[in-house]
Amino acid sequence: MEGALRRTLNLSQPDDVYNAIVDAHKGLSEEECRTFDARLILLLVNHIGDEEVIREALKAAKAS
Amino acid sequence: MSSYSYKRYPYVRPKELEAPGERRPVVIVGAGIAGPTLALSLGTRGVPVVLLDDDDTVSLGSRSICQAKHSLEVWDRFGIAKRMVEKGITWDRGEVYLRDKPVFRFNLQPEPGHKFPAFVNLQQYYVEEYLYERCATEPAIEMRHRNKVVAVSSRDDGVTVTVETPDGRYDLETDWLVACDGVRSSVRHLLGLSYPGEVFNDQFLIADVRLKGDLPRERRFWFYPPFHPSNSVLLHRQADDILRVDFQLGRDADAEEEKKPESIDRRLRQMFGPDARWEHEWSSVYTFTCRMMERFVHGRVIFAGDAAHVVSPFGARGGNAAVADADNLAWKLARVIAGKSPASLLDSYCSERRAASRENIRQSTRSTDFITPKFEAARRFRDATLALAKDFPFARALINSGRLSVPTAHTGSPLDTPDVDDDWTGGPPPGRAMIDAPRGDGWLIDGLGQDFTVLSFDGPADAADVPVVALECSGLAARRYDAQPGTTYLIRPDRYVAARWRHYDRVAVRAALARATGQ
Repeated sequence: MEGALRRTLNLSQPDDVYNAIVDAHKGLSEEECRTFDARLILLLVNHIGDEEVIREALKAAKAS
Repeated sequence: MSSYSYKRYPYVRPKELEAPGERRPVVIVGAGIAGPTLALSLGTRGVPVVLLDDDDTVSLGSRSICQAKHSLEVWDRFGIAKRMVEKGITWDRGEVYLRDKPVFRFNLQPEPGHKFPAFVNLQQYYVEEYLYERCATEPAIEMRHRNKVVAVSSRDDGVTVTVETPDGRYDLETDWLVACDGVRSSVRHLLGLSYPGEVFNDQFLIADVRLKGDLPRERRFWFYPPFHPSNSVLLHRQADDILRVDFQLGRDADAEEEKKPESIDRRLRQMFGPDARWEHEWSSVYTFTCRMMERFVHGRVIFAGDAAHVVSPFGARGGNAAVADADNLAWKLARVIAGKSPASLLDSYCSERRAASRENIRQSTRSTDFITPKFEAARRFRDATLALAKDFPFARALINSGRLSVPTAHTGSPLDTPDVDDDWTGGPPPGRAMIDAPRGDGWLIDGLGQDFTVLSFDGPADAADVPVVALECSGLAARRYDAQPGTTYLIRPDRYVAARWRHYDRVAVRAALARATGQ
């Protein structure tokens, strides 16, 4: 079921990126985390641009 | 309780109790992993060493169990690595489970063609026993058990060490003192040096049990397993049918209660089922810290191993970093003592090994933060990663149950000569550890001695007074070193790349050698 959404690793330094995201939430309240994540998602979604990919990601996030 | 029989190493009345003895080039404090490894690295280079230890036996408990490839390669130079491999459990694979399902498998050495495996699991007491026995056969090493350092007086030109024995105190004069006396280093305390770092509050229970049956060789790690649903568990096999089980207990656990044999038995019963039978070997409830001294060299006093830096256990970066410290320090100190290099060469021990410690602390802190998230958002990202891992391979790569020890690069070290040729597409660049490969009927690492070595691929067989290992431009070695005819590597005594060239140039080799030896 290979669709448009990439399933394999696409980061050369995955631990660096993962920790950068987690660390960005440090010290934020629950409310602030949600706001932060909403902005982050919109920024990344615009960068990705491909609606098919975005719709698949929406489904995958819900199903997992 | 333990099936290991602890040998007692005899105390011998030191002659300095009668009259002041001769001044020594090196005194090492502490006979854990770093101390005897350093003693052997110096002793086999002909440097006389006095090795002091306040105890008369080896490590109490299994402690550091994962002996990495690089450490085995160091110990192989003293002829004791084969014994460790034979006694220990060879492994290079790991499995990570979410609840009861495997989500991720890794192989730390997927390509064959190395003398040593990625890891051998062997209890620290065996490692120390083999090191002690080897030290005893080395004429340059004098090991003194039940000799405790109680005072240190450091001057510009040497150190006076006051030592307490069962028969009283004596003074030892030495040019250099190396403190390998562990995380609670008495030398560090005596000199009033600080040990800054971070304290972690999560508690863990180590239960080493002897368990008969079909034991797994690979490292197994569970997030939220059915037998310990609130936290994580690590399972790892050691020599003598012993399993290390490491339960994450959380911050609020009652350590005294958890330590009781009946509490441990209850946890193990849930894990191994109603029919399993085991005997307790060793157990410990622990928390951990990550710390690093601001300098590893303080005049004539040098710090190595846990005395200088300490990390969380996830990643096998404690004992293996101690071996790497000893390996990095020994050749430099031997050169300084022999008058072949200025004392400033030791500054590179500090800069290179502090860079390695920073990397070890960074990696082990990340693993710790993944295993024990420190705040709610971190926990959500962790759990999201685990949830996605089943269907999305990328998420499996993000699961961090410990990034296991590999030789740390010290890119940009002043000892390295940067690449001048721009057509390298592989091979270890300056600042990286050399890579083993098959050579003839044996191994590339077997061809190197205790000094600098030139690896020459279809090149000249003698090089600026440096011993040469001649290699052909075909096969695995050539591939691992991105070799073409003429490719030349200058390898340091600690088996790191100092410089490399596409064509042999005697003048360039000489210059790189001078640079790598601090001249």
